[in-house]
Amino acid sequence: MAEYQNIFTRVQVRAPFEPGVPVSGGRFFRVGRERFSYWAGKLGDAQIGPIHLGATGVFSLVFGLVAFEIIGLNMWASVNWDPVEFVRQLPWLALEPPPPEYGLSIPPLHDGGWWLIAGFFLTASILLWWLRTYFRARALGMGSHLAWAFAAAIWLYLVLGFIRPLLMGSWSEAVPFGIFPHLDWTAAFSIRYGNLFYNPFHMLSIAFLYGSTLLFAMHGATILAVSRFGGDREVDQITDRGTASERAALFWRWTMGFNATMESIHRWAWWFAVLTVITGGIGILLTGTVVDNWYLWAVKHGVAPAYPDINPMPVTDPLAAGAAQ
Amino acid sequence: MINDDNRRFRSLTVALLLLGLILAGCEHPPVDTVQRGYRGLGMEAVVNPRILADKVAANIPPDPLPAVSSAGPKAAEVYQNVQILGDLSVAEFTRLMASITAWVSPEQGCAYCHDQANFADDSLYTKRVARVMIAMTQRTNEDWQAHVGDTGVTCYTCHRGLPVPAEVWATDPGPRHVKGLAPAQQNIASAAVAYASLPYDPLTPLLYDDNEIRVISESALPQGSRKSIKQTEWTYSLMMHFSDSLGVGCTHCHNSRSFFAWDQSPPERTKAWHAIRQVREINKVFIDSTADILPASRKGPLGDPLKVSCKTCHQGAYRPLYGANMLKDYPSLAKLSGKARAAKDAGGN
Repeated sequence: MAEYQNIFTRVQVRAPFEPGVPVSGGRFFRVGRERFSYWAGKLGDAQIGPIHLGATGVFSLVFGLVAFEIIGLNMWASVNWDPVEFVRQLPWLALEPPPPEYGLSIPPLHDGGWWLIAGFFLTASILLWWLRTYFRARALGMGSHLAWAFAAAIWLYLVLGFIRPLLMGSWSEAVPFGIFPHLDWTAAFSIRYGNLFYNPFHMLSIAFLYGSTLLFAMHGATILAVSRFGGDREVDQITDRGTASERAALFWRWTMGFNATMESIHRWAWWFAVLTVITGGIGILLTGTVVDNWYLWAVKHGVAPAYPDINPMPVTDPLAAGAAQ
Repeated sequence: MINDDNRRFRSLTVALLLLGLILAGCEHPPVDTVQRGYRGLGMEAVVNPRILADKVAANIPPDPLPAVSSAGPKAAEVYQNVQILGDLSVAEFTRLMASITAWVSPEQGCAYCHDQANFADDSLYTKRVARVMIAMTQRTNEDWQAHVGDTGVTCYTCHRGLPVPAEVWATDPGPRHVKGLAPAQQNIASAAVAYASLPYDPLTPLLYDDNEIRVISESALPQGSRKSIKQTEWTYSLMMHFSDSLGVGCTHCHNSRSFFAWDQSPPERTKAWHAIRQVREINKVFIDSTADILPASRKGPLGDPLKVSCKTCHQGAYRPLYGANMLKDYPSLAKLSGKARAAKDAGGN
């Protein structure tokens, strides 16, 4: 007989096909026939679909596809429609925002205009997908926690690509669409503004990001560890605390003197995840608009320590020392 | 069950093979770390001793020719048309010519620059370029000590037995792209910038033209600096070129917690600052002066002569030839002489 193993799932969670309950909005765009996947069953439920698309879902996918195509075709055009080069160079290729001289004006299509259009369609697609998460949750009578968590991520996306460029008065401040290019942009952004690690909101964002992964691991491990006592029925144990809950709580009190509860741990995790992008967005928004050099800002406010100079001769700026340019 | 076991075994084998393939791209550990700054700051050089050993072996300079007497008649008195090195004794002059042949054109021999029937003849472009190159070498050793120090340079520093040094560059017109599209001048795999997606030719604006390299704000709060992130990417890409050319990381010249702060930088940064100005001078003054006599094979796709970058001399070593001092055996290359000296004295530069 199959046994339940709780680190790697060896049991296929596979029930008779469940099409889902009828909800308001009817069965419009609920697509997918009876289908099961062995590999999906390794990770979760083996049933695939049906998917509810609805108007927001359909338009989100269409707009997303338009953005994807604009970005891809611009990348392909940048290697002269050469299919081999397109594949070979793909990680390097990008659709760049307009050059700085255009400011916030509408640039010609070939010089950043496509970037604006792609950005518009991608943003529309993402916002429609947000509506979809909100309305689907409401249709099922759920809370809107997922939608607001997603909205927090959208906040960071909008700050990077829209709000901050608006405040800086230049589209060129925004992120390029591209695999390596957006990473190089990130490093250049930090360099230009004197090291983002000294930005306190960047610090907070990192703390919440790492904190999220830590909480996720702690919570997942705790629940797996007490599932033999029924701890996997977490929601039951929120209101009806059983031995699994007691043991888990005792474990954390013994090891670190404090324990979350079956309910609060989920709020901890939700807030950590959401605050990662909220604080990150604030940090980006302040960069260049309110603070121009985070290292100097940190020195001014006593955040960045000074270290002894171990050079035998102090190093000075040759330009300041009067050397010829 | 047997089928299951077989399948599991097969997936495991495939996974292990893939892992092996991925790891095959890595350097073989362990690496050495050398502390170069105050503790706790990560001011470190990371060195793979096996790779370094290979590089050192590839950077051993040739033995100098035996020293000769400076007595006797001068080259200018014996030979015709000696414009730069006329003050050397005939023996010194011949020794230097033989050395240059070994450094620059060991296969082609004297005929690479000289008309075999008349060594004084200037008709070969290579001979006229060589004269510029000698003056360039002398100028470097005399006036750019802030960069090259007493180690200095010789022809071999760049040439390494090749008529055209291995690491030269010309303005990069970029990849072919659709006519209607403005070239981004970046986002293509380029060896010149160590395969970053940064601007692929930072050398033309920054090591030929003297555009501004500094992009980081010098005030905590905004005070009107409009340096853009795009401009920062040009500087960043030049720094990638530095790093790749010298085989070092950022911390060779910078304290990465504040790239701009001079008072926290290692002294190497000062050398690099002078090096940038020197390389610009080499390209603008010396290389450009040969533009009219160079054949198309010594020019880039846009018709500009092949130029000098950090990599031309350094070739992956933080000091060219790991600091071997060849100049001490060739003092005639240490100071401007002949026509080059006269031109400098007249120009006051």
